[in-house]
Amino acid sequence: MKILVPLKRVPDPDTPLRLRADRSGIDLDGAKFVINPFDAIALEEALRVKERSANVEVAVVSIGSDDAIEQLRAGLGMGADRAVLIRVATPPDSLAIAKVLAAFFQREKPDVVLMGKQAIDDDSNQAGQMLAGLLRLPQATFISRLEWTPGEPRAVCRRETDAGIETVAVRLPAVLTADLRLNEPRYVSLPGIMKAKRKPLEELAVADLGVDPTPRTTIQKLELPPKRAAGIRVKTVEDLVTHLLAARG
Amino acid sequence: MNLLIVAEISRGQLKLATGAAIGFARQVCAAGAHTFDVLLLGSDVGGLVPSVASYGASAVLIAAAPALAEPLADRYADVIAQVARERNTSVVVAAASTFSKDVLPRAAALLDAGMLSDVIGVDASAEEPVFRRVMHAGNVVATVRLAGAVKVLTVRSSAFPTPEKSSATSPAVPVTIDVAALPSGIEFISREEKGAGRPDPTEARIVVSGGRALKNAEDFERLVGGLADTLGAAVGSSRALVDAGITSNALQIGQTGKVVAPELYLAVGISGAIQHVAGMKDAKVIAAINKDPDAPIFAVADYGLVADVYEAVPQIISRLKH
Repeated sequence: MKILVPLKRVPDPDTPLRLRADRSGIDLDGAKFVINPFDAIALEEALRVKERSANVEVAVVSIGSDDAIEQLRAGLGMGADRAVLIRVATPPDSLAIAKVLAAFFQREKPDVVLMGKQAIDDDSNQAGQMLAGLLRLPQATFISRLEWTPGEPRAVCRRETDAGIETVAVRLPAVLTADLRLNEPRYVSLPGIMKAKRKPLEELAVADLGVDPTPRTTIQKLELPPKRAAGIRVKTVEDLVTHLLAARG
Repeated sequence: MNLLIVAEISRGQLKLATGAAIGFARQVCAAGAHTFDVLLLGSDVGGLVPSVASYGASAVLIAAAPALAEPLADRYADVIAQVARERNTSVVVAAASTFSKDVLPRAAALLDAGMLSDVIGVDASAEEPVFRRVMHAGNVVATVRLAGAVKVLTVRSSAFPTPEKSSATSPAVPVTIDVAALPSGIEFISREEKGAGRPDPTEARIVVSGGRALKNAEDFERLVGGLADTLGAAVGSSRALVDAGITSNALQIGQTGKVVAPELYLAVGISGAIQHVAGMKDAKVIAAINKDPDAPIFAVADYGLVADVYEAVPQIISRLKH
């Protein structure tokens, strides 16, 4: 049994953002990088499945430059068995990511792909659904609970939707995307880090997979959104109620 | 250019946000010789035709089959891709929601189309339209080009007003669906609706939202729920309370939850992390109550009251009731 967990390297969400002077992108000099928090939740879930069952392999994969090795090592430190870096020259968009992952899926043939529902930098929330579409596999997105014993032909997932919680069963192999409440990812322990150094980390060129990762989306410029003007402090509940009633109209 | 608007239907009703996707289409059509279709998907959707037939669409397409009773992504995406091919669609559009987040990227992949989520602006006058969308928890607005013969978009409902209806009526055109060919890898089991009886925060005029200051679910219901009911408002929540298991994720307002733009947003004991502000800063009026005078929420609030919510909120409820 194999679970594949794609990891994206993203700027730490707690780091304040600065734009480059020419507004062509975000100034990431000196920024701290982390595993995309939703991908960390996905990896945690894969590790919990592995801890509950025998013969489960958890592989992490990242698509990017050498920089992403840092996040793959962190994933190995959390407990993944092996890691693969797929090198691409240009930062891919969601469709390109999905195409690369689809080709990699054919090579790996995992039972489940577990990934974050969205990356917290581009906020697209597309790659998992696109991957499932390209592979014509079932999908369960925004999952907050996974009920699956490796070996079973289907997984039951609770999904967080606008209307509440929906439970679906998906036939495997399938693509699952993790929502916030699925779990709380573990911290990487020191022994984990030491062990991670001896775990296999393979590197592939995207050409090895025969995929064209040219993005369809091109960012022309970035701007900061207009700031809201500072408001007023009211002194009493009475004052606030007066304003609430006025705003309610 | 022909656009395809995917309407969103929940509990047999058209979601109001669909109007924003139609508003987007109308804006694009006003900039050039473009047309749009509206697609209704479900098991029994013919009755909804009048609610979308007066917006100037070339056709209201009806994809109805018992197999489409639940919005299962594999089937819905298949039908959307089929219709987009049949109608020679160049842009597929829906309002941003968990429904469209689930279904549209999958349809995009089937169409080999690039996609932009959460579009807040469009310049359709250029030869190739240029889009604006937010990234990094709403801290950055990107101007983006999207290449390819087919494009897929979700649009933020606060950014595109629902257009006026006209007296003209679009023809209703049934879509032929080969039910036997639809995928069946996803099986719907059940749905638990949270907060039923209160308005949907994405569609409400007033949203009362609670944060970390609320210690448990009972207090949340009594204070935030009580205030919301007094105002006829929807209830929302910060991520902190979702993480703590006090509220449902369906209530979460923010970068990874819902984006709301009500007339009035009342933040109760919410500190105002950037991820939360990303979901509510388009509210017309923001009022905040927090006992920490330095809470970042006060930087975006039109009216701020420094107070303990456990003391202030019961007073507000009582004052509003009299």
